[in-house]
Amino acid sequence: MQYLMLLTIDPDAAGSAEAAQRDDWSAYTQALIEAGIVVSGAGLQGVETATTVQVRAGERLLTDGPFADTKEHLLGFYVIDVPDLDTALDWAAKVPNVRTGSVEVRPVLPDAEAARSDATAAAAAG
Amino acid sequence: MTPLERAFREERAQVVATVARRLGDLQLAEDAVSEAFAAAAATWPSAGVPDRPGAWLTTTAWRKALDVVRRDRSTPGNPVDPAMPPAPEPGLHREDDLLQLVLTCCHPALAVEARVALTLRHVAGLSVAEIAAGFLVPEETMAKRLVRARTKIRQSGISFELPGPEGLPERLSSVQAVLYLVFTEGHLASGGGPAVRTELCEEAIWLTRQVHRLLPGDSETTGLLALMLFQHSRVGARHDDAGRLVPFADQDRSRWNARAITEARALLGTTGRGPVGPYQLQAAIAALHAAATTADDVNWPRIADLYGLLDRVAPSPVVTVNRAVAVGRADGPRAALALLAPVLADGRLDEYAPLHAAHADLLERAGDGPGAGTAWRRAAELSRNPTEQAALRRRATST
Repeated sequence: MQYLMLLTIDPDAAGSAEAAQRDDWSAYTQALIEAGIVVSGAGLQGVETATTVQVRAGERLLTDGPFADTKEHLLGFYVIDVPDLDTALDWAAKVPNVRTGSVEVRPVLPDAEAARSDATAAAAAG
Repeated sequence: MTPLERAFREERAQVVATVARRLGDLQLAEDAVSEAFAAAAATWPSAGVPDRPGAWLTTTAWRKALDVVRRDRSTPGNPVDPAMPPAPEPGLHREDDLLQLVLTCCHPALAVEARVALTLRHVAGLSVAEIAAGFLVPEETMAKRLVRARTKIRQSGISFELPGPEGLPERLSSVQAVLYLVFTEGHLASGGGPAVRTELCEEAIWLTRQVHRLLPGDSETTGLLALMLFQHSRVGARHDDAGRLVPFADQDRSRWNARAITEARALLGTTGRGPVGPYQLQAAIAALHAAATTADDVNWPRIADLYGLLDRVAPSPVVTVNRAVAVGRADGPRAALALLAPVLADGRLDEYAPLHAAHADLLERAGDGPGAGTAWRRAAELSRNPTEQAALRRRATST
């Protein structure tokens, strides 16, 4: 089963710890790769670079900043393919930001999973 | 009890567990098991009770479940299920199945109310209406809660397999918390509440017995079962003939259930030398209360020590209040007031009547009459029990 791990931090709590953790991030990503479970993943530029787009009554509205005005900032994500929720939660508990921020774990819709593997197969064939 | 009723009580959970694990679907398993019991009700009276009712029920439930799966598959447009799970060997229950069912129902990724509902529905076999009445919520709310919980299990990929040894402690402590919560809910209602609420105590004890039978070496499960039995032993003494709540110290100890106390004590004796957890400590405290012949004969110094340990392994302001009461009996009011001071300053228990009653009693014994009067009045305002409230008011005016 595929799971999205949505990584968020509380910038007040994290402070400057982010840069110091660079080694932790590469070690963690490396561990995921070695376990052979990474489907995709990416880290994001800071929240100050975000632009939110909405279309209302046919009109495009742009807003500077993230959509949800919450204290927690979106940091990045991984999609992993593991047998069950407990395995996903075990990986989530090891993400470097988990001690100051949080990791939301959500199963990917089965259709999306199938479409992705179809695409992979097509890419491999073509 | 008819053979069918006995099979329902003794075999149902095991049958649901075996079928659910093979299918990976709780609702499908539950429906199939209901049909199997309906088939038993129709055939057993005339054809006789099978030698192994559990095996008969498992096989029958399995066939019913397969019928449903086949019917779903032949529905046009339905995605074809790639693998038909293998049939369980007839009559060969794996004891693990039941433990796994309990662990799945109490999975920490589910909300606590959902864990409680799933455990009572699928392990204890209570109906949705009974669970709803037990927890004082509308039946529809409870039905929705169960559907939502089963959907989460299915869609989020909560496993129907046992966790590894490193994952088991976290999972077990969730099971224990759920079982104790069910027990406490029943205990609160005992005396005044409707039967379905007070029966939650018996359900919780039954469930804990099952987990204890499967994991006899888990000392916290043993401690939890002992704790429940100690608390339940006093159920006949908690109310007077008019149905009013009798304070613990004033209870007629001859009305405590001696058999339950003997069993609880024996259980506590088997916990050995493993790490001591909160349930064992609470059970040990209850054992000391049960050992006293009168309220004046209680071994307070030992209870104070145990509360001190409990405050270390499971710190909470409520435990500190209880500890202060014990210390007050063992070492006098001064030492106890010192323990209580941070709890009073902290403010989180400001609405907790027992805190103010304990404070009042200690102040009174320390010679602070006016302070005690204020605290008694505060306790009386906060108490939700009319009998207790009246008693607290009397204390307030007599200081």
